[in-house]
Amino acid sequence: MGITIHLIDYIVLGIISVALLLDFYRFTRGPLASDRVMATDTMTVSTTALLVFLGYLFDRYIYLDIALIYAVLGFIGVIVIARYLEGGV
Amino acid sequence: MSTIITVIVVIGALFLVAAAIYAVHKKDLVVATVATSVISLVLSAFYFILQAPDVALTEAAIGVALTTIIFIVIIRNTKRFED
Amino acid sequence: MEQVLTYVGYIFVVIGAIFLFLGGLGIVRLPDIYCRLQAGTKASTLGAMSLILGVGFLQPQWMIKALIIIVFIALSNPLSSHALARGSYRHKIRPWTKEDIDAYAQYIKEQGENEAAEEDKQQEKQES
Repeated sequence: MGITIHLIDYIVLGIISVALLLDFYRFTRGPLASDRVMATDTMTVSTTALLVFLGYLFDRYIYLDIALIYAVLGFIGVIVIARYLEGGV
Repeated sequence: MSTIITVIVVIGALFLVAAAIYAVHKKDLVVATVATSVISLVLSAFYFILQAPDVALTEAAIGVALTTIIFIVIIRNTKRFED
Repeated sequence: MEQVLTYVGYIFVVIGAIFLFLGGLGIVRLPDIYCRLQAGTKASTLGAMSLILGVGFLQPQWMIKALIIIVFIALSNPLSSHALARGSYRHKIRPWTKEDIDAYAQYIKEQGENEAAEEDKQQEKQES
């Protein structure tokens, strides 16, 4: 793809991948529904950061829009599920 | 560059298959809805890596908000646990 | 000048990645939903904000959109965490404590008593 990539980029991508694996472990293992919802929310934030960094590595300005969509809309699903658990919707 | 992208894609495929199994097999329908949200998240990241930002944008907007709201409203009107 | 910006940006990016990892570690290790919520929200929010700010330093033309993303993350992520904690508590999930302390239950009880007292006053006014 014609992009210069350094060792530190590999290290950052590896650390974020390990963070995503830990979040997904809690998603598969969490005893309650709230645990799984919280793990999904954390995965959304981590994925937003990962997409921004990959957009920097690919060197395309338009890729930041997807991270913007996640940052704007990511909380709506969690709030709807929380209102359902509370008993209201 | 391609090596680390391959590693990320393999991890994402792992998430995808495990979340799909959860969405099918869990009796708690709220957990199945959350698993559907995870599937949408991973698919959006895949479209991003395959350099299709418009498809990824649509998948993110629909999968993270709209399907969750629709499924939760449906669960509210029926019942939460499958028999 | 560009060298300095690159170094500063990579410092922010590495700090952000480490905080994202610490958030994941807290999610796996902590005992109950409320502790996990604070690890998963505080550490992940700081990590994502720091990483996106670092990318903004690495590519100075992208700084405005990066700041917009940071503002939206800082607004929306604690909101969803707060709603989830409140929903879990109202869903009768007790917090994990060593002593039997539950301040929010006392608060709800006092609030309920105050509301009941106010309703009594209003009824007395209406009757008189």
